[in-house]
Amino acid sequence: MPSKKSKKTAAPTRQAPARGPSAPEVVSRKAASGKISAIADAVFKDIVQRSRRPSMSFPVRSLQNVRYDTRRGHFEILGKKVTRTLSYTTVKTFAQSMRLLATTKNDLLDKDDIAGKREVYYNSKSWGECRFDEQPESDALLDDIEAMLAINREQLGYIPEERGGDVCGPITVIDRDPSSGKPIRINCKELGTGAWSVPSRVEHLGFETRAKFILVVETASLFQRLVHHRFFDRANCVLVSMSGVPTRACRRFVRRLADDQRLPVLAFTDGDPYGYCNIYRTLKVGSGQAAHINRFFCVPQAQFLGVTPQDIKDYKLEDATHPLEEADIKRAKDALKNDPFIQHHKEWQKALEDMLKMGVRIEQQAFAKHGLNFVLERYLPEKLKKGKFLP
Amino acid sequence: MARPTTEVSMPKMKTKAKKPAQKREVPDGTAPAKGGGAASAPKAGKRAAVVHETAESMARKQREISVSEFFLKNRHLLGFDSPRRALMTTVKEAVDNALDACEEAGHLPEISVDIEQTAENRFRVTVTDNGPGIVRHQIPKVFAKLLYGSKFHRLRMSRGQQGIGISAAGMYGQLTTGTSTHILSRSRNQKMAHDIAVQIDTKTNAPTIISDDERAWCPEFFPTGPDGKPGKTITYSHGTRVSIEMEAAYVRGRLSVDEYLKQCAIVNPHMQLHYRVRLLPKQDEKGDGAPQATAADGGAPWTSFFRGVGEMPPPTREIKPHPHGVELGMLMAMLKDTNARTLQGALCQDFSRVSPKTAKEICERAKLYPNARPARIAHHESEALYKAIGETNLMRPPTDCLAPIGEGQIIAGLKKEIEADFYTAKTRNPAVYRGNPFQIEAGIAYAKPGENQDLGAEDPVRLMRFANRVPLLHMGGACAMTKAAIGVNWKAYGLAQPRGSLPVGPMVIMIHIASVWVPFTSESKEAIAHYQEIIREIAFALQDCGRQLSHYLSRKRRADEAARKRSFIERYIPHLALGLKEILALNDRQEKTVVTKLSGMLERTHLDV
Repeated sequence: MPSKKSKKTAAPTRQAPARGPSAPEVVSRKAASGKISAIADAVFKDIVQRSRRPSMSFPVRSLQNVRYDTRRGHFEILGKKVTRTLSYTTVKTFAQSMRLLATTKNDLLDKDDIAGKREVYYNSKSWGECRFDEQPESDALLDDIEAMLAINREQLGYIPEERGGDVCGPITVIDRDPSSGKPIRINCKELGTGAWSVPSRVEHLGFETRAKFILVVETASLFQRLVHHRFFDRANCVLVSMSGVPTRACRRFVRRLADDQRLPVLAFTDGDPYGYCNIYRTLKVGSGQAAHINRFFCVPQAQFLGVTPQDIKDYKLEDATHPLEEADIKRAKDALKNDPFIQHHKEWQKALEDMLKMGVRIEQQAFAKHGLNFVLERYLPEKLKKGKFLP
Repeated sequence: MARPTTEVSMPKMKTKAKKPAQKREVPDGTAPAKGGGAASAPKAGKRAAVVHETAESMARKQREISVSEFFLKNRHLLGFDSPRRALMTTVKEAVDNALDACEEAGHLPEISVDIEQTAENRFRVTVTDNGPGIVRHQIPKVFAKLLYGSKFHRLRMSRGQQGIGISAAGMYGQLTTGTSTHILSRSRNQKMAHDIAVQIDTKTNAPTIISDDERAWCPEFFPTGPDGKPGKTITYSHGTRVSIEMEAAYVRGRLSVDEYLKQCAIVNPHMQLHYRVRLLPKQDEKGDGAPQATAADGGAPWTSFFRGVGEMPPPTREIKPHPHGVELGMLMAMLKDTNARTLQGALCQDFSRVSPKTAKEICERAKLYPNARPARIAHHESEALYKAIGETNLMRPPTDCLAPIGEGQIIAGLKKEIEADFYTAKTRNPAVYRGNPFQIEAGIAYAKPGENQDLGAEDPVRLMRFANRVPLLHMGGACAMTKAAIGVNWKAYGLAQPRGSLPVGPMVIMIHIASVWVPFTSESKEAIAHYQEIIREIAFALQDCGRQLSHYLSRKRRADEAARKRSFIERYIPHLALGLKEILALNDRQEKTVVTKLSGMLERTHLDV
């Protein structure tokens, strides 16, 4: 049964692989280190030789500076740049950037070390007056540096702190021992009641699978239910839990897996503007904030399974909904107005407008109204069989 | 002008006095429960026993009241209502007189004020000046007769006006301690000084001479340098010393003698003043009692307010009253007393700004003959005349009779006594209220917040009020100057100002009115009456100062901003250089070059240097 369905679902997304760059440009630590030196050298020359105020420029990272590239299927950054010229107002950030670049080069790249974002923040406490007062300051600056160097920060030695996501299903991940480099095979089907965690860097992973598609779910509790009942056996799919907005590593993992094994990707989130416009949109086309690296951290082949506003009617879940909150309404209206992805897809506009009209949102767990396992016994199979998904 | 002898006004004045009118004043029903029943019984009995007076019986009680007696009972009118204020008023009257005397004689005033505690609540005030001295036969009258003086009968800018002050102080001393007023006076061409003790006969308002000697005396002054070391004793060949012992209290603070003298020094920068207070050691306070100089040791330290400018204020000129400033009664009195033969002549001769032509015009308007004899102008005629004067356009009174302090001198005075960062002053052109010329001056001293401990940045500004160079300490709330200062929109000049109050800031505002007749609200001369013309002039002067202040404040803000930026830049540039050094492996010299070059660049672009 499940295999049949999955075959059908696979059809509309077959064209996904083989387009766009397959992986971020792999930059050697030496090259990255050289890039930093080049930037510093330009600043130094500006000051000492040209006697002018140095400046650094960064791409603008916001939805205003992205275009929905339909051919490649993700948000592509546009040319807008901010130039930070040294002045009274920028001197502090400028100094912090320099010190952060120095740390990146000397302590991470040259020594082949890694650091978390929070560690960067605490590391700055030794800089005296130049220190970061709050972590958001150092996070923002790190993003700036990443954009300026055009090298994703994982390659600079910065590891994300958040969990990457959980994976379960008929797939064998080929990792390697960090010290010896010896390959390690992880069979994600035989992990008992647990799951395999996506590491922060996934570029080196290899995959072996006979699964038909990847099912990405928003909440950990639903993921647990699907794992508990070995839904991946029935549907022959790889289950991935995002726990909210997917992390870069999670997105990258899904993308690599989907590209590598030519698998379609289906997303299953709560039926609310956050699930649509933040979780799913970010998974599929990337975000404004990370516009400069979206092309690697997106899953253009993803499609949206549910929960859609239509599902509420189809499954008679009207009494299992919650009214939309202020923030939800604002988010939906904002997306309709500003989000290039939503603006491109009529179906999504309709879905959001329907939701606004109904004035309610729905959670993945709402299917429990019809029985705890209704979601895996009726809902998912029926949706997969129908094979109609939102883009 | 001497107090009329009718007693019609007396009962009124009496009830005004604070003294409770004993039992006759019926306590209302809510009176203290204590003696409610008991109090009402005698009252009822008394009322029953009232015997109606006849005109004859009343006539037996009607008799003249001397001015002295009147003021004895109404001492608060003159500023002797509390022991503390009595001390203040005495010093004030004596110093005012000394300054007036010195200025009229053209001497740069040198004055000493010595306050000595003789008993727990008794003080002796001794004020010495280097004035021209007083002729022997005038001394008793000047110091022991109320309403005797040189200043009441003329329209001329001077500190004293009525001729009450110093005699009232002497009388107060005599009343509270039974002692006499001692005067030492020596004029330039005398060998010996007169040493006279006088008392005032309160019944007849006449001086009683207690002793009258001559002795060798010269006024001596003991300056103390700013370092606290005594300087060379200064001696003059002429001067006057008055010494009064009285019941009083010495309290420091805003309304103290200290404050009065300090303010006096501000508006009289040509004055040099030496001051000391000698207190008895406190008996009820044990332990490490105040190391105050005691009365016993004669060498208590003097405090000196040194002269700020070496030139006298220009002498003031006496003017005749302006017709628009004269009231009907005064007009009648003047017409009666004039020595002119005709009405027209009287108008021209006794008033300022009345030409024969204008006088004729007034007469025609009043339907009177210009050649009528002034003394014959009957009551209803003078009323017509008064009305006609009011309707006639006249030139404004002459204003050269005023001697303002002057902007430079105000600033010098403020600088001398108030430590601040910014000073400004404005002297307005003379203006006229009710036919009296007056002139307003204002000054501002602004300290940097936190630099002058007396001036809190969060406190309301201090308003110093002056009239004819005399500080006004009491009754600020009732004064036109306060009203005008509150009325100015200080927010426009960069100060915070709560609604309906003085602005807030580390600042002193001084306002001075110079006039031939300062319109005080009462005889104790503490508050200026609310004349629209005066309030408007004060507001203009303050606004002028405010504009200067706002220039200063914005300049200061810019400087502060630049300093803040500079320190900000200087804080981060080394880090920038350090970052570069670490990345590019620069040597120390290169690092230094980066720092100097960057500092230079940023200072050029951000600090307007």
